[in-house]
Amino acid sequence: MIAVLDYGIGNLRSAEKALLQAGADARLVTDPDEAASADALVLPGVGSFGACVTALRNSGLHHAVYDAAERSKPLLGICIGFQMLFSESEESPGIPGLGILDGAVLQIPTKEKLPQMQWNKLTILHPDTSLMFGGFSGAEPWFYFVHSYAAYPIGGVENPAVAAVCDYGGNVTAAVEKGSLWATQFHPEKSGALGLALLSQFVRFAGVGAK
Amino acid sequence: MGRVVKGTQFVDLQDAGDPVRLSKFYELHGADELVFLDITASSDGRETLVDVVKATADEVFIPLTVGGGIRSVADAEVMLRSGADKVAVNSAAIADPRLIAQIAKRFGNQCVVVAADVKRGATGQSGSSGFEIYTHGGRRPAGIDALEWVKRAESLGAGELLITSMDRDGTKDGYDVELLSRIHDVTSVPVIASGGVGTLEHFLEGALAARADALLAASVFHFGQIAIEEVKDYLASNGLCVRPPAYIDRVRG
Repeated sequence: MIAVLDYGIGNLRSAEKALLQAGADARLVTDPDEAASADALVLPGVGSFGACVTALRNSGLHHAVYDAAERSKPLLGICIGFQMLFSESEESPGIPGLGILDGAVLQIPTKEKLPQMQWNKLTILHPDTSLMFGGFSGAEPWFYFVHSYAAYPIGGVENPAVAAVCDYGGNVTAAVEKGSLWATQFHPEKSGALGLALLSQFVRFAGVGAK
Repeated sequence: MGRVVKGTQFVDLQDAGDPVRLSKFYELHGADELVFLDITASSDGRETLVDVVKATADEVFIPLTVGGGIRSVADAEVMLRSGADKVAVNSAAIADPRLIAQIAKRFGNQCVVVAADVKRGATGQSGSSGFEIYTHGGRRPAGIDALEWVKRAESLGAGELLITSMDRDGTKDGYDVELLSRIHDVTSVPVIASGGVGTLEHFLEGALAARADALLAASVFHFGQIAIEEVKDYLASNGLCVRPPAYIDRVRG
């Protein structure tokens, strides 16, 4: 079972329904024990970094995220759920993130409008080895973004965990794939057929298809 | 369940089908976003709209904007919880502009689309630009200048502007290029052009001459006169950067 961590922030309906559509046995989970026993986790997040981290810690569901990271349980962070994996964000100074990934979360240094609220085309950095982006060849990888802040992992595109970037007046980290830890700045649950294909890859990787 | 309808200059509505099925069809054919505008906007109508939004969000995985009868933060919350990604406010925001700021503060500017129905001034009350705001489904002149209103809406926290030309709506004469480009000149948030598309050239004109950030069309899609793929191919062949339709069958299983 995939637990979509429901810590009281925003609308998770789309994330849950998209995972179901992608063939997962997925459900919204508020109980930390249930999250701990899940086979895989999805950590969503909308709004501000500080509000999300605070709500996640208050819910107690952050323990399941740390546990997944330690035990290599499949984990997919989406949008702020990606940014929260870092130790802090310029958006919410003084509020510690989860500190699972190394790097910084900064306002996108761009002359373009913020937020980036649009479909954007990815550059997939390791197409031959990426499981995350292994589900579709031939189709141009366009995904839907809504964000003003972005993650800058140490090493940038030279960091082997950075799976994809997009161009928004400069390179913006679009996805990280580090073993069992997957994270996207874009919203796969709002990115049509290719978003569902990515979620299907996660479901298959996690071995948690519906019975 | 509700139906999809389309009128001409906001009247003479024709039935275009089931909104959930149509939405899925458009997603598969490459639509980048969907906009539902409830033209009944009564309290009964709103219950129907919530059901339609839920049913759509269960099956359709592209961004969805919902408007029509959003009068409060609570109304907005119901739509967002039902699966909408953004809400469009129109008449209620003109009656009380604080609504824009309230929704923006609660859910973020990116959630708030300010929809404006604009007509070239006939009443003489429209101020300097000659473009006037109408409310209540285009029935009432608001006595507000359109350019002044969009500037104010942006300053209150509108994340996008959905500008419908009532003069062009359903006519297939093309977008109101002058209206849209003047709005572009006085604002910096994305502008969605609406009203008047009849040909492929009109889409290009909307992107280039009118400088709109997004192109909305209803009639030509609902009644099968133009396919979304044709629009995207046409825009791409004219040098615009567009997301090509990603067919399911191009996805390796």
